[in-house]
Amino acid sequence: MKADCPVCGATISRQIDMVVGELLECTDCGTELEVLSLTPFVLAEAPQEEEDWGE
Amino acid sequence: MPSEVRVSIAGASGYTGGELIRLLLAHPGVRIQQVSSQRFAGKSVGKVHPNLRKGTDLSFSPLEEMQPCDALFLCLPHGESSKRKDWVDGIAPRVVDLSADFRLADAALYERWYGKPHPHPELLGSYVYGIPELHREEMRGAMRVSSAGCNATATILGLHPLYAADVVELDRTVVEVKVGSSEGGNESGPATHHPERSGCVRSFAPTGHRHTAEMIQELGRGREIAIHFSATSIDMVRGVLATSHVFLKQDLDEKAIWKIYREAYGGEPFIRIVKERDGNYRFPEPKILAGTNLCDVGFQRDPASNRLVVVSAIDNLMKGAAGQAVPAFNLMCGFEETTALGFLGLHPI
Repeated sequence: MKADCPVCGATISRQIDMVVGELLECTDCGTELEVLSLTPFVLAEAPQEEEDWGE
Repeated sequence: MPSEVRVSIAGASGYTGGELIRLLLAHPGVRIQQVSSQRFAGKSVGKVHPNLRKGTDLSFSPLEEMQPCDALFLCLPHGESSKRKDWVDGIAPRVVDLSADFRLADAALYERWYGKPHPHPELLGSYVYGIPELHREEMRGAMRVSSAGCNATATILGLHPLYAADVVELDRTVVEVKVGSSEGGNESGPATHHPERSGCVRSFAPTGHRHTAEMIQELGRGREIAIHFSATSIDMVRGVLATSHVFLKQDLDEKAIWKIYREAYGGEPFIRIVKERDGNYRFPEPKILAGTNLCDVGFQRDPASNRLVVVSAIDNLMKGAAGQAVPAFNLMCGFEETTALGFLGLHPI
């Protein structure tokens, strides 16, 4: 089963031992993603700690 | 090709020549036959390129003592290789020219940007332009390749997928590069004197930079395009960072841009798409590319307009010169393209 990265659209395959709530990193854009559900396989961007890049 | 290719480097005492020697010493299919330098003739390579001490017992020969070889790299000043055309033809069947002499295929474009007619206009177009990501198939088995300019390489690789996909306005591309001091070569002058150069942020070519011609040739591919290019030297030894502003012809979101870049570069061994949401290195940065043949490319869509900012970074001496020449040589001679180019850089540096 596969899902698209919500940020860059890369195809990400579900691993057999994945669990809901697990965090993984998109191999293309490096975004930390959270597994929202396994069936269907749904990913969302994990909450990020804000950094003050606009300094 | 023989199992061991005899290679010589003309003009090997410069920074680019030194990098070529370093790379080719580690190439399993190459024996470096001769390296030339007029200024350092008779001196050992390690005297001029101290990182290569004990790495080779080669010494520099004057150009006129160079013997026939299987492949020749030309790292001579611009204008010299076209002046020595007959000599070059007699020395080696395969040539990679790192100068600007044969980068352009069009005599009028050359004259416009170099301010004089080309001495051998009949040869323009006989060299394959040296960026393998654009000309890989032409390089396989080719006898002549002309390596691209460093600023042109960074800019072209950043923008090529967008121009190839025809999604940007062709007359509104604005590019600013920040470059390191090694772009100026290893000859010193008043502008490179330490008190003058240290800490500089010096706009040295706000307009009129010659590499613009290569960008027009390679991105335009016969279309009428305009590249508005500026160059600034900064306090850095190696590296080029190109920041390119293009304007999208259609409303593409970032996922669509990702798709364009992924399709163009997903299988490329020397290009990485770098666009991350956290960490220190979220966009390409030349610092961590020093010594590598990589080009990192990233982008960000301006949510308030149709502007797309593309950021691309290379090591000017590697992907912008010596590193770029080695995959060309590999393809010309039937080696795996990536041979001798596996270094991934240093961190921290």
